[in-house]
Amino acid sequence: MADEKRTAQIRRREPLSDAQMLMLISIGIFAAMYVLAMLTLKGGFLKPQQIFDLLNDNAALIIISCSLTVVMIGGGINISVGGVIGLTVMSCALFLNNNGIENSALSILLTLLLALAIGLGFGVLQGFLVSYLEIQPFIVTLAGMFLARGLTTILSVNPVKVTHEGFLALVKTKLKISWLGYVAQNGNLIPAKIEIGAITAVCVVILMALMLRYAKLGRNIYAVGGNQQSALMLGINVKRTIFLSYVISGLLSGLAGFVFLMHKPAGNASVAMRSEMDAIAASIIGGTLLTGGVGNVIGTFFGAMILATIQKIIALSPLNASWWQEMANGAMLGFFIILQSVVLSARSKSRLRLFNNKASPGSGG
Amino acid sequence: MSKKTKSSSGLGQLLIPLVALAILIVFNLFRDISFFSIGMKVNNSGNIVLTGNLISIIDSASELAIISMGMTLVTAACGGQDISVGAVGAIAGAVFVKVLQGAGTITVGSVILGIVLCCLATILFKLFNGTLVAVFRIQPMIATLILYSCGRSIAYWINGDATPQLNSPIISSLGMTIPGIPVPTPIFAVLLVGLLLFLVFRFTSLSLYTQSVGINQGAARLNGINPTLIKLLSFILLGVCVAVAGVIGVCRLGQLNHKTLLVDIEMDAILAVAIGGNNLGGGRFKLSGSILGAYIIQMLTTTLYAMNVAPVNVKAYKAIVIIIIVVAGSPVVKSRLTALWNRRRSEPTRRAEPSKGVS
Repeated sequence: MADEKRTAQIRRREPLSDAQMLMLISIGIFAAMYVLAMLTLKGGFLKPQQIFDLLNDNAALIIISCSLTVVMIGGGINISVGGVIGLTVMSCALFLNNNGIENSALSILLTLLLALAIGLGFGVLQGFLVSYLEIQPFIVTLAGMFLARGLTTILSVNPVKVTHEGFLALVKTKLKISWLGYVAQNGNLIPAKIEIGAITAVCVVILMALMLRYAKLGRNIYAVGGNQQSALMLGINVKRTIFLSYVISGLLSGLAGFVFLMHKPAGNASVAMRSEMDAIAASIIGGTLLTGGVGNVIGTFFGAMILATIQKIIALSPLNASWWQEMANGAMLGFFIILQSVVLSARSKSRLRLFNNKASPGSGG
Repeated sequence: MSKKTKSSSGLGQLLIPLVALAILIVFNLFRDISFFSIGMKVNNSGNIVLTGNLISIIDSASELAIISMGMTLVTAACGGQDISVGAVGAIAGAVFVKVLQGAGTITVGSVILGIVLCCLATILFKLFNGTLVAVFRIQPMIATLILYSCGRSIAYWINGDATPQLNSPIISSLGMTIPGIPVPTPIFAVLLVGLLLFLVFRFTSLSLYTQSVGINQGAARLNGINPTLIKLLSFILLGVCVAVAGVIGVCRLGQLNHKTLLVDIEMDAILAVAIGGNNLGGGRFKLSGSILGAYIIQMLTTTLYAMNVAPVNVKAYKAIVIIIIVVAGSPVVKSRLTALWNRRRSEPTRRAEPSKGVS
């Protein structure tokens, strides 16, 4: 009983970890940015629909950012996610248009399975090369990106529009919440709308957060990313853990491709171009370190939302040009990266001081 | 004996790229021997120039070769890669064009001024990257992600016009051939940069210092090497390489397009470094390996074009070849093969021994 009390006390006194600190910073900045946009730009930002729009438009980005966070915590990197989205979108669009299956529900289900299978294929291949053959992950996934983009253009150079009616009905299906809606000028109540993709993305975030926090695999990924040698000595199967992190990443990329198709039902060779870098940026802003062992999916979610909000603010402001947007993204990224570095080094210094203070009376007594 | 193993380990790094190059050459020999034919042709401006696939491979790989040299240094010193080289190259091109437009007429003097100023600009941008990496201790890939995402916008902002044209014999002689010399000028640029770096490494200890910082930063510092300085220096050298590549890229086309100048070259450069057998985690490096890697990538691309593969589909085939090369060079496969080789060689001696009832 007393022991329990003491451990509870210790736990309460335990300071925030670095990852939690970085996550709190990104959540704070997201809130500040959103409030600022509400005050200055007004318009859409005053309606709850705006948040749902951000989710609807960026569901695929959120999913691949989560997938990247999992790999990055394990100490790797996966830059093929954007390419896999492109390939999945193109092959699913072609499959939907040409499969000739009468039953529309079955056809959509098969399409989803196809998307997951493509993602799984890439995940298994890359995971095998990285973990069991010990090839540098950057090169493996770079080759994966080239392969996915090349296969996309081999499938079709021209844009492919989905004509499958059942799928188009699914695209239009939206969850309506009337009490979060607003009354339009003509007096009609317009409910808030959420797409299926956005709900999927939120589910993925929650699932991954739970997996990383409570599942054995999640704990193993943190351990392997933190220090492979000690993880190995603890009896963790390091190779299998890394392999599985890439498999998860691949599966999620395939799912992201399907979600992308549900948002914009058309395949195109340039779909999700360079989105892997956005996903890496979202993970970093959310507090994941490329060195591995540190990170959090919830932070990544807010990182992706920050990127989406910047995009929206610039689209609504008078500086609406793609190059302004890129510059703002770059500046924001630079700000976060330097802030993280400063915060982490200041914390490590203060911790060292704390340690020294604690140590000196002990040695004196 | 020890000397022999040392020389074989030095060659070992170049073994995979050399074998890959040899396979590409043999493949092309069997496919179509005219792939290697070299001819003389009078080009549009009336100069006699060398033509042929080999010349075009060596010529068009120039930018990649120059950048991968700089990339090798940064990789060795910092243990990470700079992914902003393409974007900063676009900035270099924009500064070069801006200076020439400001000068009014294009003379040799204004071109030299343009090159110098554009070197300064790229060094400045690379120092920004370098400071983030060396002083703030941020991983190179993340630190350079900033300029990767906004570098081309800066190039656009420097030079408002979408595609400014440069029409001058000086520009075309820099980008294509100098009248009277049949070899394309970019090849000389590669030789020049390579020679300069070779001389620097030959007469200073920079190579040793870079390797020691890359292998163990703390140990290097305890031995009196300043890791921050070495890292910044590697970024400065990369900046010069990027400036040269950017100028070549602009001169080759005679125009600046901030969206397509040196696009995606960062991926190819990292690939060249990896194919050259260098460890992407820093430490030991070989410039010759990276240069070889750059030419392998270009030869592969040209071979695919010669086989009538559509330019947009080249990536897929390239990926398959890359995977084969890296699998062949992976430590696990290497050690397996070595073990197999050793067992083969020891097999006869073992058989010669009388069996002593081995369980």
